[in-house]
Amino acid sequence: MQVKLQDIKLTYEKHHNIFERLNCTFNDGELVALLGPSGSGKTTMLNLIAGLLTPTTGKILFNESDVTKQDVRARNIGMVFQDYALYPHLSVLDNIAFPFKMAHVKKSARRKQAQKLAKLVHVETQLAKLPRELSGGQQQRVAIARALAKDPAILLLDEPLSNLDATLRIELRDEIRRIQQTTGVTTVFVTHDQSDALQIADKIIVLANGQIQQIGTGTELYHHPHNLFVAQFVGTPKINLIPIAEFKPYITPTIPDDILVKATTIGIRSEAVSLNSIEQPVIAKIPAIIEKQNQFGREIRTHICFQTSQLISTAISETTASSQAISVYVLAKGCYLFNRDGECIWAGDEHD
Amino acid sequence: MINAKPTLKSTFKALLYLAPLLIITLVFTIWPLISSFLMSFYTKYNYFTNKVSALGGANFVYLWHDPDFHLAVRNTLIFVVIVVPVTVLLSLGIALLLNRINRLASFFRTIYFLPFVTSTVAIALVWNWIFHYNHGLLNQLLSCFGVHPIDWLNNPRYSLIALIIVCIWRELGFNIILFLAGLNNIDRRYYRAASVDGASSKQQLTNITWPLLTSTIVLVTVNAIITSFKVFDQVFALFHGTAGPANADLTMMYYLYQKFYVENQYTVAAASGIVLFGFIAIVTILACWYFRRHAKLLGGNQL
Repeated sequence: MQVKLQDIKLTYEKHHNIFERLNCTFNDGELVALLGPSGSGKTTMLNLIAGLLTPTTGKILFNESDVTKQDVRARNIGMVFQDYALYPHLSVLDNIAFPFKMAHVKKSARRKQAQKLAKLVHVETQLAKLPRELSGGQQQRVAIARALAKDPAILLLDEPLSNLDATLRIELRDEIRRIQQTTGVTTVFVTHDQSDALQIADKIIVLANGQIQQIGTGTELYHHPHNLFVAQFVGTPKINLIPIAEFKPYITPTIPDDILVKATTIGIRSEAVSLNSIEQPVIAKIPAIIEKQNQFGREIRTHICFQTSQLISTAISETTASSQAISVYVLAKGCYLFNRDGECIWAGDEHD
Repeated sequence: MINAKPTLKSTFKALLYLAPLLIITLVFTIWPLISSFLMSFYTKYNYFTNKVSALGGANFVYLWHDPDFHLAVRNTLIFVVIVVPVTVLLSLGIALLLNRINRLASFFRTIYFLPFVTSTVAIALVWNWIFHYNHGLLNQLLSCFGVHPIDWLNNPRYSLIALIIVCIWRELGFNIILFLAGLNNIDRRYYRAASVDGASSKQQLTNITWPLLTSTIVLVTVNAIITSFKVFDQVFALFHGTAGPANADLTMMYYLYQKFYVENQYTVAAASGIVLFGFIAIVTILACWYFRRHAKLLGGNQL
């Protein structure tokens, strides 16, 4: 099902606007991630789609039909809450069968249906247990099965992975992807962790301060950030930011002057800071001092001091001696210029 | 230290700390219990010299044949059977409604709680006016529906109902507070999840609220059973120190009082106390057993 949010405005209390003018579309069968820091309005957006919140003004369309005034029960959505909200007094089987029970499905039929769903999420051996006897990952699987029980037109997941440990997180992330592809249900999931979004989502919506910063695939967000916020929020390690005034003297004449005048900050991805230029376009050669090197698994992070700024590079090999004045190349691919308002006005790889 | 093992010294130390409360409990609760239990078997006994000449079950035989005691048991059972379910359901209903309103909620809570903190005598006085044959509010109200005036407090057929109304009204506030606390303990997210799962508000009540409120319901029910069996002061105050017209409001506790303080039959009073204790114990155990089974059927075992 296609979901469309049109000019959504949401006001809490009297003066505080959570959303001013929110517009976005979720296409049928897509797995969409709502990515943003806490307090950015991700969960609020999910609750708007679910019908747990009503927008002050604006429209919510499901397949072009207006559902703004409909409440949760009429909308046919499935939802997994952050802490799962499994009914503590019901067994796993009864939890999954709960939506069937509410729809007055016969007991034998709803048991059969629930068992089928349990198999889909791999909890078929736990059916008689109570939620509190399950591990976090199992509880989440049950919650997903319960959300799927209504055969929802859209599945909403609110921070589905935040309560899980690292290994389980990766396992369940792929599991969500698998279940989504098996069922083909349009899915929206909220996360503050970019790696979750980058790994499984077809499309990512970056939210901050109640505004959509950018919509795109993981690659688009990483290589073509629309603004400073997206550039900073997506990518590990964080993008290096240097005031343009410090950087200007070293820039080769690759960047048009009219753009350079407007720029206030330059953002450099860690892989664009290198000791040799290996036949790639370079925008600058800067003097720097290597401070220290850390190994993170496969990746080596080199901390470099350039004037007043600290840079992190992942393109420098381990052998380099530290505390040494050296020259560092800044490659065009992975460099972005931002103006006073934080908009991206120039990207290195667009001009090579 | 978490892993410290109890030693003789540490146990003695713990006992020392517990001693003040332990002594008070032993002297004022456990000892009277034992002594009244023993007293119920004294057949020849001088209360003032505390001299026991003979033991036996004669006191219980006396109760078995005493028509007054039969009446007291009958009245008490009728009272309990009506008061307990009505109090529980009514206070649950009011608590659910109070839980829904946002404005004036604390105002209404206070209003409902007031009877509980008001003295029984004052309450009895007010209800004496309400129940008044000629000028009472209740009869005035009933006359609007074409009901002839009822002599609530002097007609043996109605005086027990009058007592029941007063007691329910008085107990309501406290039980509402207990239920409100129980309702507040139910996480809002279960209701959100249930509405996403398509539960109507009625279905939410039976599938979420009721099972998750079981422990509070047990608490309120058991408390109501115990206080109802022991009803005394309301009778005493409402009927000016009598057990109502023609003993129509004679409860087991009132019977005990009468035997002890009025007729000075201390051993019979003690025996009736033991019978009352037995009744309360049996009914409470039955209620607990029922709820435990009920809770198991629901799949939970919070008890």
